[in-house]
Parts: sequence; structure tokens; C-alpha cells
Amino acid sequence: MNTGSTNTAQTNDGKAVRSRPLSPHLQVYNPQITSILSILHRMFGVALCGGAVLLTYWLSAAAYGPDAFARAQWFFGSWFGQVLLFGLTFSLFYHLANGIRHLFWDVGLGFNMSVLRASGVLVVLVSLGLTVATWVIAYMNAGML
Amino acid sequence: MSGQSSAGGIHHWWAQRLSSLALIPLSLWFVASALTLIGADHAHFTAWVGEPGNMLMMVLLIVAVFYHTGQGLQVVIEDYIHSEAALRSSLIATRAFVYIGGVSCLLSVFTIAFRS
Repeated sequence: MNTGSTNTAQTNDGKAVRSRPLSPHLQVYNPQITSILSILHRMFGVALCGGAVLLTYWLSAAAYGPDAFARAQWFFGSWFGQVLLFGLTFSLFYHLANGIRHLFWDVGLGFNMSVLRASGVLVVLVSLGLTVATWVIAYMNAGML
Repeated sequence: MSGQSSAGGIHHWWAQRLSSLALIPLSLWFVASALTLIGADHAHFTAWVGEPGNMLMMVLLIVAVFYHTGQGLQVVIEDYIHSEAALRSSLIATRAFVYIGGVSCLLSVFTIAFRS
């Protein structure tokens, strides 16, 4: 595959054409905070599909009746359920905070490199802070703190 | 495919932004609500869903979540899957996932709200 190292390429009929710029190949791309945060946005977005599945399970269980709902509540409170929910909490806050960053870009704000890096660090700090705060409240509400 | 025509692309772009904006308050509301429902039994939970304000927010959340999920997955799939057959079948699977998930959630909310 042409990775952009040559300036010309051949078409099927043998004519030389200028090679066009390609989007960055992740394997040969030097990782930077901006690129890492960008791929994490996607990965956590895909992970949140699992959250949609768990939401469906929670609501369906409640629609089925007390026994099914009690099983669902037990599952979410089990260590495995808590690990899943913790991961989803961070994924949600990260995707939310970085999504707001995307909305600023959509109106043309925040493209300056220093602002771009600072807003990226802010996204990580905010999502970590909100995740910890949520779980402190969760354990307090569960009577475990 | 809607994502590849210019008009469809613009619609997709706007719809993605609108669902993102809607999900800012909706998802924060959901996390805050879920925190009050830790350890809730069936009676408590169904009473909570049955309250008109909560039911309205749940319905809006469900629509926004599954709409946004479908659009996001479509973009990711279109970026990484290039074989025509795999692309088409993944997009159909995505549609099926978000419609089945979204309709199940809505039916569950209505069942809970109108039975109790």
C-alpha cells in the first residue's frame, strides 16, 4: 500500500499520477495526546453500546416482574456487574466531556494547538473526577460508605 | 447509502449534533437518577418509572441513546469496513440492534408505567 512515501503512483492504464494524501495509518502514526484522545472517543463510544444493552436488560427485567428485576439488581450489584458499570461510567463521562469538546470544534472554537492539548487534559480530569464522585455517591447510597 | 450522498450526509451531521446536545442533560439526569435507584426493589422502581416526569425523560433518553448509537456505529463501520458485502450486512445488523433495543426499552417503560 502507498503510505505517501512516493510522490507518484501508477493508474491501471500506466499513467503516472500524483499520489493523494492518505488519512494517518495508526500503525505508523506517532501517538500524541490529540490522536490518543480521539481514538478513545470512538472506543468508549462503541463500549457504550454495551451500556445500551444493559439499559435494555434493566428496563425489560422491571417490565417482566419482581423476580426478574431482583435478579437484575443482584447482577448490577455483583462484583462483575460493578466492574462493568464502573467501566461504563468512565466511558460515558469521557465520551460526554470529549463530545462537548467536539461540539466546540463544530462551531470553530478551540483549534489552537495549546488550547487543543489543554482541553484534552481537561476532558481526562473531568471524566476521572465525575467517575470517582459518582461511585462515592453510589457506595454512600448503598450504605457501604 | 444515506451517509454517502451529500444531502444525506448533511442530515446525518445535523442529526448527530442534535442527539449529542440532547444527550448532555439526558445522560447526566440518568446517572443522577440511577444513583437514587441503587438497591431499589421492583415496587420502588416501577413507581419511579411511572411518575410522568421520569417517564418523559426516560422516553427521550431512550430515543436519543439509540438514535445516537445507530449513527455513531454507522460512522465507525463506514470507516473501517470496506468490503461491500460486509459493509451492508454490518449496517443492517446495526439498524436491527438499535431498533430492537430502542423498541424493547420503550415497550418496557410503557408496560411498567401503565400496568402499575
